[in-house]
Amino acid sequence: MSLDDRIPNNVDLSSDRRLQKALEQWQPKFQEWWMDMGPEGFQAKDVYLRTATSVERDGWATFDYVKMPDYRWGIFLTPEEPGRPVGFGDMIDQPSFEEVPGEFRNSLRRLIVTQGDTEPASVEQQRLLGQTCPSLYDLRNLFQVNVEEGRHLWAMVYLLHRYFGRDGREEGDELLARRSGNADKPRILEAFNQPINDWLSFFCFTMLVDRDGKYQLAALAESGFSPLRRTTQFMLTEEAHHLFVGETGLGRVIRRSAQLRRESDGQEAKVGGIPLETIQRYITHWYSYALDLFGSEISSNAADFFSSGLKGRYHEASKYSEHSAKDQFQEIPIIENGRVTMKQVPLRNAMNEVLREEYIRDTERAVRNWNKIIKEENVNFEILLPHRRFHRHQGEYAGHGFTFDGSPLPDAASYQAELAKTLPTARDREIVQSVMTPVTKPGQMAHWIAPPTKGINDQALDFEYVRLN
Amino acid sequence: MAESETLSQAPTFTDFETHPTRYRHWSLQVDGEVARLSLSVQQEEGLSDSYLLKQNSYDLGVDIELADAIQRIRFEHPAVRVLVLTSAVARIFCAGANIYMLGKSTHAFKVNFCKFTNETRLGLEDLSAHSGVRTIAALNGTAAGGGYELALACDEIYLVEDGNSAVSFPEVPLLAVLPGTGGLTRLVDKRKVRRDRADIFCTIAEGIKGKRAKDWNLVDDIWSKSTFPAKVEARIAAVLGASEKNPSTGGVALTPLSPKLSESAIEYRFVTLRLDHDHRSAELVVQAPPLSEPVDGAGMRALGASLWALQAFRELDDALLHLRLDYPGINVVALRTTGDAASVLRVDQALLKHAGDRFVKEVTAHMARVLRRLDLTAKSLFALVEPGSAFAGSLYELALASDRIYMLADQKGASRITLSGMNGGALPSSNGQTRLAVRFHGEPKRPAELLQAARPEGFAAEAAEEAGLVTMALDDLDYEDETRIAIEERASLSPDALTGMEASLRFPGAESMATKIFGRLSAWQNWIFQRPNAVGPTGALTNYGQPTRPVFDYRRT
Ligand SMILES: [Fe+2]
Ligand SMILES: [Fe+2]
Repeated sequence: MSLDDRIPNNVDLSSDRRLQKALEQWQPKFQEWWMDMGPEGFQAKDVYLRTATSVERDGWATFDYVKMPDYRWGIFLTPEEPGRPVGFGDMIDQPSFEEVPGEFRNSLRRLIVTQGDTEPASVEQQRLLGQTCPSLYDLRNLFQVNVEEGRHLWAMVYLLHRYFGRDGREEGDELLARRSGNADKPRILEAFNQPINDWLSFFCFTMLVDRDGKYQLAALAESGFSPLRRTTQFMLTEEAHHLFVGETGLGRVIRRSAQLRRESDGQEAKVGGIPLETIQRYITHWYSYALDLFGSEISSNAADFFSSGLKGRYHEASKYSEHSAKDQFQEIPIIENGRVTMKQVPLRNAMNEVLREEYIRDTERAVRNWNKIIKEENVNFEILLPHRRFHRHQGEYAGHGFTFDGSPLPDAASYQAELAKTLPTARDREIVQSVMTPVTKPGQMAHWIAPPTKGINDQALDFEYVRLN
Repeated sequence: MAESETLSQAPTFTDFETHPTRYRHWSLQVDGEVARLSLSVQQEEGLSDSYLLKQNSYDLGVDIELADAIQRIRFEHPAVRVLVLTSAVARIFCAGANIYMLGKSTHAFKVNFCKFTNETRLGLEDLSAHSGVRTIAALNGTAAGGGYELALACDEIYLVEDGNSAVSFPEVPLLAVLPGTGGLTRLVDKRKVRRDRADIFCTIAEGIKGKRAKDWNLVDDIWSKSTFPAKVEARIAAVLGASEKNPSTGGVALTPLSPKLSESAIEYRFVTLRLDHDHRSAELVVQAPPLSEPVDGAGMRALGASLWALQAFRELDDALLHLRLDYPGINVVALRTTGDAASVLRVDQALLKHAGDRFVKEVTAHMARVLRRLDLTAKSLFALVEPGSAFAGSLYELALASDRIYMLADQKGASRITLSGMNGGALPSSNGQTRLAVRFHGEPKRPAELLQAARPEGFAAEAAEEAGLVTMALDDLDYEDETRIAIEERASLSPDALTGMEASLRFPGAESMATKIFGRLSAWQNWIFQRPNAVGPTGALTNYGQPTRPVFDYRRT
């Protein structure tokens, strides 16, 4: 097989000897990592997957049965109009960076490594889930997400290898050496060290944590460093499916729980469902960790990234008319002497918060949809998102106790009591674990989850999405 | 950054005295032969509330605690043979001096802050070199800037390998200043990191972690997160097993100095600092020991912190720190001594005789450090030798540290300079030489000859001048006017030029790591700290944490 066949790409890999050499050394390590840390128990199965073979309309989603280790992880950059300038910050309207500017080398590498680290991390977190899948449809979606996270890792490693020389190659190896949840070599970000042992967590993760990823990628997709901008633009097309899996997955669990609640008179756990309260607590847990991923509310790094033209706002080019963000301010509530006070922060330093706000709005939209589902099922319950200050481990609110609604709590004891009420309890985890039994007959669904409205790629719901025999 | 000059304002009084029970940022635990200092900076408890001490970053208050802890380990816990420095905050050992604090400080404060922290680091090294305490930096998180410089002042550095924790000097790439606490010098001089590697290390803001940190000798070893605590303990045990026990003598508690403060004076038991703000000058008077001062080992120990040699020099130390930090407007300091020279000589003899006693050894080492603090004080120092003064032996070192020595040639010959064995090596200056050797840099044999010829009655004015022990001897007709005018004239010159001139003239001869740090690194750092590329409107320090990026003037000097 030629190199271009093995590694589908639109970056002219076959004529870049340095890149070839780097990737040839890295690829076996990636394969080894995939066999080690990828989905356990399903590596030899045929899975109905989409593979990106080109960036054209008909090429980026080619569906066929593939064994995951044979998946053709490729490297794709979205083509764009030549000569697009830097779109924001101090270097606005200057030509985009086609190579790494020396002065931003470290910042850029850090941005790419931090993003890249999340990709293999989630595969590691999810590696045992296949064994308790609620349906073949869901099993296939899990694997689709997994192989695409693998491809996203490739995308980031491409940037590291192509643009960062020896340091980049070392970082590429490190991305395979860290392990989610490992005490000695943990993944960089905390949400990616949390275990995902059940499908409710998986849906929360793809809904809430992948959604952080979407916003981070979208901010990088505005970058003045053209290869990063184009790489992340293409990643976003795949990411959309991950978010779909999470949002509809949770929607289906919520619908089923609402139905069972109505049918069982509020005793959904007794009839094999997951109580809506439990779902609420899972969402609360993952949402608060996802908020942390945006970083500190007031951040000099964020200001640097913006002013250097490396990381913009969500839809910077299309949504904003003013792209310098200079001499503008954002009010940010901070904690002073135990009280919440407003602080005027230069907008550039508040960019993490600006991105977090986009995320919160988007998540609130999804929650409204879920609440509509509950209403449709004639059940009186409302899913709520906790306040952004609640249960935070990063930024201005870390280390302070707040209620679910965001009011400051006077002491550690009252905060612990609040957490005990609002975060998943041992009993919640027990209930969720108790329903996690595999359902692998085509077309069948686990009792605790409603079927999806349609299949993948217009296939029927009872299509054999994963061939287990 | 606008520098508000505080020259004429009433001084804010810095409290250099503290006690482990009052520490806010460090905690000192002593368990037999092992002392542990762990850092958990309370971000809202900085000396000023105009900044937050995030990420275990420090200000002067944090370093005063560290200096105090090191001092107490020497005197109060003589059994200690290992000191471990670590952090009680997850993922960060120490982020160095707080940037916002530096940004809000006057230049004078920054210089003196740097000087103090440098002296604290050197004190840590002195603890290892002279007090038999092996120092270990257990970096259980990232050590950045001054945090890594603190580690460099330890004998051994261990870094947790967790994929994140690094050692770093982000000053040049991030802030356009230098690591100001001896880091550059220690990197190449002490740890012998190859200069080209040091060059790379000093320009990577995020630093170096893991295997490369070890390969480049930035740290001695890297240990995984799960094994880190056990490895530290094992290393402590190995150090204890390989070295001899300290002779078991009881500790001596360092009691508060509690000086009497007023607008124009700080008065201690043996030391008095009198301030003449109008004339930008001060008078620092040190009183000789009383006649009753014990000279036997047991008697000296029984006196503990009230032993003259300890108390007078602790007071002198405190007075010097106040002079530096709280009285930037004082330019010239007249150094005087009072009391009985013979009594100083008795004490000196006792200190030499009992040099093997741990307590006495610590007392002498402390005197030496205080005298080095004097050498490094950026004030013009004029010693005034008069009848009734006691410039003998260890107190004559005050004169030797001065820029000039004026002696009153009174008719009775009552003004005397006397040498003792203590001038012969027990109180070295920063370059490791005696002050006599520094003084007679051009006549290497003179110090030994003078010490050999030393008589208890000492040198009267004429002989002292002849022997080169004073700058000039003046008769009573001239003395008062000459010294007054000399002080007034000195106080009229540019304080900046004087500081540079004095620092250049005070240390002739060989260099040591300490003189390099103060003479080269600190000077460069303080210059760079003033430059537009750091503190101008578009400078990196000014723009740190701001929404704007620095713009440099790229012309090299
Ligand atoms: Fe991804
Ligand atoms: Fe994803």
